[in-house]
Amino acid sequence: MSRSAAEAPEQHPAAPASNPAIVVRGLEKSFGEVRAVRGVDFEVETGEVFGFLGPNGAGKTTTINMCCTLTTPSGGTATVAGHDVVRERDDVRRNIGLVFQETTLDGYLTAEQNLRLHAELYGVQSSLVQARMRQVMEMVGLWERKDSPVRTFSGGMKRRLEIARGLMHSPRVLFLDEPTIGLDPQTRRSIWDYIRTLKESEEITIFMTTHYMDEAEWCDRIAIMDQGVIVALDSPAALKAQVGADRIRIETDDDEAAIAALLERFEIEAVISEGAVTFRIPSGEAFVPRLFEQLGVPIRSVSVSRPTLDDVFMSHTGSSIRDVEESGSSDRNKIMMQVMSGGGRR
Amino acid sequence: MSTTIEPRSAATADRGGAPSEIVRVHVPQRSFASELRAIKIVWKRELIRYRSDRIRIATTLVQPLLFLFVLGSGLQTLSAASTHGVDLKTFIYPGILCISVMFTAMFSAASIVWDREFGFLREMMVAPVRRSSIVIGKCLGGATVASFQGVIVLCLAGLVHVPYAPTLILGVFALQVLLAFAITAFGVMVAARITQMQSFMGVMQMVVMPMFFISGALFPVSGLPGWLAVLNRLDPLTYAVDPMRRLVFSHLHISPIARHILDPGVTWWSWHVPALLEAGIVVALGLVMLAIAIWEFSATD
Repeated sequence: MSRSAAEAPEQHPAAPASNPAIVVRGLEKSFGEVRAVRGVDFEVETGEVFGFLGPNGAGKTTTINMCCTLTTPSGGTATVAGHDVVRERDDVRRNIGLVFQETTLDGYLTAEQNLRLHAELYGVQSSLVQARMRQVMEMVGLWERKDSPVRTFSGGMKRRLEIARGLMHSPRVLFLDEPTIGLDPQTRRSIWDYIRTLKESEEITIFMTTHYMDEAEWCDRIAIMDQGVIVALDSPAALKAQVGADRIRIETDDDEAAIAALLERFEIEAVISEGAVTFRIPSGEAFVPRLFEQLGVPIRSVSVSRPTLDDVFMSHTGSSIRDVEESGSSDRNKIMMQVMSGGGRR
Repeated sequence: MSTTIEPRSAATADRGGAPSEIVRVHVPQRSFASELRAIKIVWKRELIRYRSDRIRIATTLVQPLLFLFVLGSGLQTLSAASTHGVDLKTFIYPGILCISVMFTAMFSAASIVWDREFGFLREMMVAPVRRSSIVIGKCLGGATVASFQGVIVLCLAGLVHVPYAPTLILGVFALQVLLAFAITAFGVMVAARITQMQSFMGVMQMVVMPMFFISGALFPVSGLPGWLAVLNRLDPLTYAVDPMRRLVFSHLHISPIARHILDPGVTWWSWHVPALLEAGIVVALGLVMLAIAIWEFSATD
């Protein structure tokens, strides 16, 4: 972080191997009384797909906004592509691409006009604009529609076009704030295909937020955020390994007897969840044969599932992400909404 | 420019096949040239949008034409006695030249609220350019579009017995450009504070209509009741309508008495305000409002 002014940013001798694209230290943001982000620290390696996972109102968007210079931090520092987000705002902006939750395309212009306007706004050399535009539009499968006004596009097409536009100026870091929100599963899947393709074809770091657990699996590493702090940060596999135990669901002829038998013979506390006896145990698949042998209650079906990120979230916060979304965060969202509309800025 | 070209684009049209070479571009450091370019882009976008919106071109013409031909023709019989042979349409024509520009400029400024509502403003705000460049581009774009609209009304001069004299056309056009700029700057200044289209339109109606009626676009500015005379001298639009009228009337062949009554000129405590000073007032107000608009947009995150 501490870099002497004499050194050129590109030739930093201290970190030859790992050259983080984003370095965040003690970042905080308060909106009046509400502390939206309460001191977060993390680093994102170059070339990584880094995900921010958490319920609505957890502080993900505020954090991403601070990293991409849209919101001024109340405390702490953030460095993106080697530049400080407060002191070198324009240098950060030159090196990042942004895709917001809500569309920021000009519906009156054609897809091509939108991208050209962006390229000109960023000062992309005009002789390269055509080739670059074709490349990014072909990547998201919209080259054939380049002459259509954007207002005729579907939600998924708009999002794809925004991703293409965010890439027009070859950013080193691409920020995606809930890139798949409000899209149908098929479109969400295709957006993820583009993101993976992107990661392979361009040397780019991707920083994204999502509150879809299944999507976070696509990331190289994820940070789980809840109530303004990061509660866990690792690769999805490592996070799930921390939870350890698999989840086993069995359907039996007599659930009560099965629960009693589990407690008596295996010392496992099981509960009935969604109509089936459910319990957790490490290496669940190896346990299944013993279960059949020793339970003594006829089993009609059995399913073993690996820990999901939802389990990870639950183990760190004590509640499932859906519970948080449905109950607790609604108050928080309300406060956030008031703060945001009152402040008139995000 | 400090743009680097890495691999050449493989302009092959293979579909989803092997990934072709990446066209890598580079965003140059911010400079004075990049700010000028940003101004140009925002300006150009206003023009593209104006051109593609034929309905807007037509609808913003309706109001001036209603005033000119319906009100002008309708009141002609009532006013014939006092206009000394001058057609009422001719008399109100300079005012109409002003309001056609005003309405278009107002709509241009409204698009900033629209852009905010539909997110596009954000795309411009996060670009590596100064906010002032965006605001200046917006004002120049609005001014250009409004001046186009003004030219359409200017073309109607013949229908209201105003000659197509080159000096007249150039002079009127120059005044229209100044007015268009000032009104757009005013609109952008208001738009910086307002996030909803309905509120913006409400505020603009509340400001623009009184400004129009008080300005003397529809009546001579001498011999007014005291309160109205004061309001009239305070109304910025007065200083756009008056030089416009002087310019138009200087090209008419009418009796001195008609000229005296219909084109008395704006006075401050019986001092005749020169046309150049009036134009200067419009420009100065425009610049002040532009400065406020820039300040407002730079202050927001």
